[in-house]
Amino acid sequence: MNTSLIMIIITTALVNNVVLSQFLGICSFLGVSKQIKTSASLGGAVIFVMAISSAVANLLYTYLLAPLHLEYLNTIVFILVIATLVQMVEMFLKKTSPAIYQALGIYLPLITTNCAVLGVAITNVQDGYNFIQSVTAGVGTAIGYTIAIILLAGIRERIDESNIPAPFRGAPVVLLSAALMAIAFMGFGNLAL
Amino acid sequence: MNRYMERIYNGVIKENPTIILMLGMCPTLAVTTSAINGLGMGLSTLAVLIFSNMIISMMRNIIPDQVRLPAYIVIVASLVTVVDLIMQAYVPGLYSSLGIYIPLIVVNCIILGRAEAYANKVSPDLAIMDGIGMGLGFTISLTVIGLVREFLGSATLFGKALPELCKPIAIFVKAPGAFLVMAVLVAVLNAAHIKTAANKKVEGCDGCCASCSKMCNSDAKEETKA
Repeated sequence: MNTSLIMIIITTALVNNVVLSQFLGICSFLGVSKQIKTSASLGGAVIFVMAISSAVANLLYTYLLAPLHLEYLNTIVFILVIATLVQMVEMFLKKTSPAIYQALGIYLPLITTNCAVLGVAITNVQDGYNFIQSVTAGVGTAIGYTIAIILLAGIRERIDESNIPAPFRGAPVVLLSAALMAIAFMGFGNLAL
Repeated sequence: MNRYMERIYNGVIKENPTIILMLGMCPTLAVTTSAINGLGMGLSTLAVLIFSNMIISMMRNIIPDQVRLPAYIVIVASLVTVVDLIMQAYVPGLYSSLGIYIPLIVVNCIILGRAEAYANKVSPDLAIMDGIGMGLGFTISLTVIGLVREFLGSATLFGKALPELCKPIAIFVKAPGAFLVMAVLVAVLNAAHIKTAANKKVEGCDGCCASCSKMCNSDAKEETKA
């Protein structure tokens, strides 16, 4: 049991990295990766939201949709739950811990439309994960996202100071860096798990 | 050019959602491993976009302004579920190769973006034409990117094997190839001085859904402070 949970974390965070091999959450990956500090805060917020949303999505699926044979409604239910949940988390943090809200608050609305959150909820259902496995997969995926976005931010901080051919300035060089990172992450595919 | 044709021209060329507006990057990068997959993804999005634009335009006077985004999400999610079930029944091969990206059409920025920026302001006929234009623009871009990646990565076109000219470069149909092709595409557009979302200051999340704008603004504020 323990080894399988560790395997889920390694698979979701490294082997099937959510950004670099599944292409989910590209929007914020390219948009909010200018500085390591902001990237790390966004990563923290994603870990937080994904853990909660995977848990809630799993409970809803197991105790509401499956018994009523409404499995085909999962897309609608999950997206609404995630949108509401993010709003509630934002309000809750604002009231209870202004310090965390200061650090993560502005990123929370962005996460609603982050397809990675919905993607994880749906993948968990497709893989038939139980509650603990779902939460583990959610956290693992979010860790993968955080690793990728912090690494990209690190690369971009260096790129800023180098002399890049004019057509490649801006988005193209960021995409090229992501391509090289994706090649590096392909190496994890050969891990014998 | 009448105003219907103008919408089609706008969607396919002037404001092409993939190449000029840079919206819907996730499916663009993920499913373009072959031209067929790109075409299938494009057409499914086209179907959702036409109906979501139509319904949202017809309901624009009924939906209260404060709850419009949740209402749009429900409409789009219902349409995506319909497309999902139809594809599962009639094109199971394509359905399984597109996999999770079919339900994820719900969070495709193009759809909510068009609802918010255009469909909720105009009459249904124009909204439908806008949906067709934007959907076609998305379909064409995905198919072309898919063709390029398929040609380089597996030396086939629409699944048909080509006479062997040289060994296929397998990396183009793997994950890094998607980033590489996009990078070169944007660089070519930059070199040709075509104005895209990528050469503006806020790249990537520009115009991407309602909630992103808040983020972009706060990002910009931080920059001016520093």
